[in-house]
Amino acid sequence: MALTSEIGTSGAPATPAGTPPAWSGARRFLANPVGLIALVVVVGLAICALFAPWIAPYDPVKIAPRLRFQPPSWEHWLGTDQLGRDVLSRVIYGTGVALKVALSGTLAALALGAGLGIVAGLGRRAVDGALLLLCDAMRSLPLILFALAIIAIYGPSLTTLIGIIAFSMAPGYFRVVRNQVLVLRSMDFVTASQSMGASLPRIALTHLLPNLLGPIIVLIAMDIPAVIGIESGLSFLGQGIQPPDPSWGTMLSDGYSFIRQAPHLAIAAGLPVIVSTVAFTFLGEALRDVLDPKSGRGR
Amino acid sequence: MGSYVIRQVCLAAGVLLTAVIILFCLIYLVPGDPATIALGPRASAEQKELFRQQMGLDQPVPVQALRFLGNLARGDLGTDLLTRQPVAALVLGALPKTIVLALVGLGWAILLGIPLGCVSALRPNGWMDRLIGLFSTGVIALPSFLLAIYSLILFAVVLGWLPAMGAGEPGDLGDQIAHLVLPAFAVGLGWVGYIARLVRASLLETLQENHIRTYRAFGISDMRIALRFALPIAMIPVVAVIGVGLGNLLSGAVLVEVVFSRPGLGSLAHTAVTSRNSPVLVGTVLVTTLLYVGANLATDLIAALLDPRIRKEG
Repeated sequence: MALTSEIGTSGAPATPAGTPPAWSGARRFLANPVGLIALVVVVGLAICALFAPWIAPYDPVKIAPRLRFQPPSWEHWLGTDQLGRDVLSRVIYGTGVALKVALSGTLAALALGAGLGIVAGLGRRAVDGALLLLCDAMRSLPLILFALAIIAIYGPSLTTLIGIIAFSMAPGYFRVVRNQVLVLRSMDFVTASQSMGASLPRIALTHLLPNLLGPIIVLIAMDIPAVIGIESGLSFLGQGIQPPDPSWGTMLSDGYSFIRQAPHLAIAAGLPVIVSTVAFTFLGEALRDVLDPKSGRGR
Repeated sequence: MGSYVIRQVCLAAGVLLTAVIILFCLIYLVPGDPATIALGPRASAEQKELFRQQMGLDQPVPVQALRFLGNLARGDLGTDLLTRQPVAALVLGALPKTIVLALVGLGWAILLGIPLGCVSALRPNGWMDRLIGLFSTGVIALPSFLLAIYSLILFAVVLGWLPAMGAGEPGDLGDQIAHLVLPAFAVGLGWVGYIARLVRASLLETLQENHIRTYRAFGISDMRIALRFALPIAMIPVVAVIGVGLGNLLSGAVLVEVVFSRPGLGSLAHTAVTSRNSPVLVGTVLVTTLLYVGANLATDLIAALLDPRIRKEG
């Protein structure tokens, strides 16, 4: 299972002053070939997701019983599945599903985690302690089994899936936001602007947000591959995205059922999962080097 | 040390209790009628009534909560909706098989990950370091069940070198080991990268410390300093971080078990979820949460035992 969300979420201390100008960050990013390749792949995935109907050569749900289990050929680059559907078209349409779940899941986690983090950072010690305990407890529930238990009770659906992802990813954002709020609370320049009559929202906007943007962007980029893994894993078990929607996980499950007859199905359905998780991880790494160097690999 | 231990134990108990309360809220405070949701809209009124009685849903919520906690304290995790067997026995029967898989996967990852991390840290930014860094980052996010499917296709279906399904004949150790190779590979590969990165970062940080400079002033070779003096210190934070990742290890092992049709928590949960057998699933979550919190407490205490600085900070 993806492990990225555990690394570097320790909440880097603030860099209140002297953040490098945006262009030098961009130049450093462009100088990193791995990050650049990852960015190109991610943009490619986004284009696949947005323009699937124009890119996909066939209708992803059109059944053609006479073309079952075709191996890869010039007509069907990745072959056809057990119902004669074009696998490449299903992979392309699946990109949209995967990115939709990944983005909405991480953004929901961000909203939940950041909300709790601000409350904990600004609140009394007891509130802070209670929320820390809550987030520790949320992290201690083993993800896949917890997800299956929730799905057994609430039924498999996109909403359940996003809810589970938000719930399990929120503690990471909670920690980053809470630590940053606590650091800023004790900073002289914040006390100074408070004494000059700056309102809380204004302090949040001018001091909190710029300091949080970097770490949060990195965390999102690191969580997306984890979420793609969770979604495809649950869909593989038949408990995530429901057919006929083309999801990489359900395609893997189909391919797994015919693994001896037509191994190309499972191989083809796994490729986009590998490409997207690896690309997002390397993109997150490259972004971290630029945006959040302190929590990066030891130097 | 004593006060640190008490503090950590209380904290772990608090986390566990909070997790149980979260679970209770999610199970029992379902918006709408839980019986309809669990059994589907086509269930008859009698079926729903029976379900409510079985789950104790006809009682007021505080009564349900106390009964839930009381049952847990006595080790009663409820009964399987289909077979009427106690859930605790089912889960405890499946758990050791999953733990073996997870530990073997983690074990080979540690054996390979630590040397890789050391090689990286000895020549930071050298070509070996870059190569290992690319490998580590590449494998970290790969879902282990996908690795399982790919290795199943390559080594079991195409090459036929290793068995594909099941856990091997009971009593035949060689057969069981043959059946463990591919699943353990799939569970552990991501961890090789994870541990290599953790060891590298921690070792580089330790090598900056003052006492290491003293060793260097005494003329001890860099290699000997790194392996003999720095590595044991650098492993302490790694131990603690591995504890945090154990939940991911378990999630990976659960899915890999389903791919290889191995008996264990994964197969138990998979069968349970397809029949909407929620008590079994809640039971697996409760037991593994207990295990996770316990393992984290253990790694925290081991880290504190090895490094007095942690005790003082605590």
